[in-house]
Amino acid sequence: MNINPEHLPIVIHALNVGFVQTLKLFAVTLLGAIPLGLIISFGSMNNWRPLGWLFSAVGLAPQGRFGKWLSNIRPIRALTRLVVWVVRGTPLMIQLLIIYYFPGLVLGNPIWGGSEAGRFTASAVAFVFNYACYFSEIYRGGIQGVPRGQQEAGLVLGMTRRQIFFKVTLLQMIKRIVPPMSNEIITLVKDTSLARIIALQEIIWAGQAFMKGSQGISGVIWPLFFTAIYYLIFNGILTVLLERLERKLDYFR
Amino acid sequence: MPILEVQNIHKSFGSTQVLNDISFSLERGKALAVIGSSGSGKTTLLRCLNFLETPNAGRIIVNGETLFDASEHASQSDAEIRKKRLHFGMVFQSFNLFPQYTALENVMLASLLLAKERPDYKQNKHAIHEEIEHRAIGLLSQMSLEGRMSHYPHQLSGGQQQRVAIARALALQPDILCFDEPTSALDPELTGEVLRVIRSLADQHTTMIIVTHEMAFARDVADHVLFMDGGVIVEEGTPTDLFENTKNERTRAFLSRFSQNS
Repeated sequence: MNINPEHLPIVIHALNVGFVQTLKLFAVTLLGAIPLGLIISFGSMNNWRPLGWLFSAVGLAPQGRFGKWLSNIRPIRALTRLVVWVVRGTPLMIQLLIIYYFPGLVLGNPIWGGSEAGRFTASAVAFVFNYACYFSEIYRGGIQGVPRGQQEAGLVLGMTRRQIFFKVTLLQMIKRIVPPMSNEIITLVKDTSLARIIALQEIIWAGQAFMKGSQGISGVIWPLFFTAIYYLIFNGILTVLLERLERKLDYFR
Repeated sequence: MPILEVQNIHKSFGSTQVLNDISFSLERGKALAVIGSSGSGKTTLLRCLNFLETPNAGRIIVNGETLFDASEHASQSDAEIRKKRLHFGMVFQSFNLFPQYTALENVMLASLLLAKERPDYKQNKHAIHEEIEHRAIGLLSQMSLEGRMSHYPHQLSGGQQQRVAIARALALQPDILCFDEPTSALDPELTGEVLRVIRSLADQHTTMIIVTHEMAFARDVADHVLFMDGGVIVEEGTPTDLFENTKNERTRAFLSRFSQNS
C-alpha cells in the first residue's frame, strides 16, 4: 500500500471537508439531544393518572384489582417508555433509512429532497431523536439517584419545586451523569459515520470515494484507513475536556 | 393558648394505619419529646406536621390559625402549603445538607430565595444579603462552627453536619423546631455534641418537638413526653410521670426493654 505523495493534499482536503460535515452532525445532535432528552426523561417519570384522577373527582373508589389497575394507568409515562424502547431497541442505521426514505418512497412525499442539505437534516433528525432517548435514560438515573432527602430538605425550607430543581437537584444530577454522558458523547462521534448509509458526505464517505474513484484517484484504500486518525484526535480532545468537567465537579460529594 | 394543637390526626399508607387519632398540644417555649419503638409512627407524625405527608383526617393549628384541616385539604395550593411549612423547622436523621454548598451557603440558601420574593429586594439587595449572611454566621457560631463556615458537607463530621442542619432550620425562624431522631445516624462519641446544642436551644426556650431514642436525654431536656406505640399515644406527661411513675404496662415494657439494650 504505497502512498502517492501527489495524492496527499487532494485526499487531506477531501477528508477535511468530510470531517466538517461529521463535526456538524455531532454538534447538532448534541445541541438537540441534550434538552430533548430532558423532556423525554420527564415524560418517562410522569405520574399523571387520569383515570385515578377522574375516579376521585366523581367520588368513586376503584374496586378490585382491575379497578386499581385502571386508576393506576399513567399514559404519558407508558407512551414515553414505549418510544424509548423502540428507539433503543432498533439499529440507528435502520432509523436513518426509515426517516430518509419513508416519506418519499412510501408516502410519495420526499420531504428531505435529494440534496446534501436534505440528507443532513434527515440525519440530524434521526440522530437527535436516537440520542435523546439514550440521554433520557441517563438523566432518569441521575435524577432518581439524587437522594429523596434533598428534595424533602428543600421543601421543609419553603423552597418551590422549581427552586429545588435548579438550586439543589440539578447540579447533583449533572455530577452523576457526566461519566455516562462522556461515554455516549464519544460513541456519538463515531456513530456519525452511520449517516453514510444515506450518502451523507461525512468523512467515511469522503475516504471511500477514493476507492471508487474521485478527483482522478481510484482504487486506493489508505484514505479510508486514514479517517481513523481524525476520530482518534477529536475524541482525545473531547476526553480531556470531559475529564476537566468531571474534575470541576469534584469539589462536592 | 398553646402554640401548637394537633387534633385527631389519622394517617394510613394503603391499608396500614400508621397514625390513629393523634391529639396533643404544645406550649410556646416548651420541649416535647416523642419516644417509642421503630414503626410506632413518630416520624410520620413529624412528617405530617411538616406537610411531607398529608394526614387522612384531623387538624393542625398553630397560633390559633388552622394550618391543616383534612376536610378542606383539597383546596390547598402548593404556594399555600409552602407558606404554612415555614411555621415548622425540620432536622432530619440523615442531615440532608446540600452537598454542593458550603456550611454557610446551606444556612443562607432558603433565606436568600425567600428574600427574593420581598417587594423591596431589588433596591436593598446588598443590605438584605448582608443581613442574611450576618444571621447565618451568628447561628453557625452558636453551633460552635466558627471555623467550619466555608467547609463543604463531606469535609465535616456527622456531628458537625447535623449542627449545620440545625442552624439551617433555625435560619428561617420557625415557630416550632422538629427533630427526627437527630442523633440516630451518629457515632456515640458524636452524639454528645449534637445533644448539647439541642439542650442549649431548650435552655433558650426554643419550642421543639424531638423524636428520639435517647431516653436519658428526653428525660433531662423535655418538659413533656409522649410515648407512642402502634400509631397511638399510649401515655403522655412530664418526664417524671413517664420515666419514674408510669403505671402503664406498655410504657413500662418499652422502657425496661430500652434500659436492657443500652
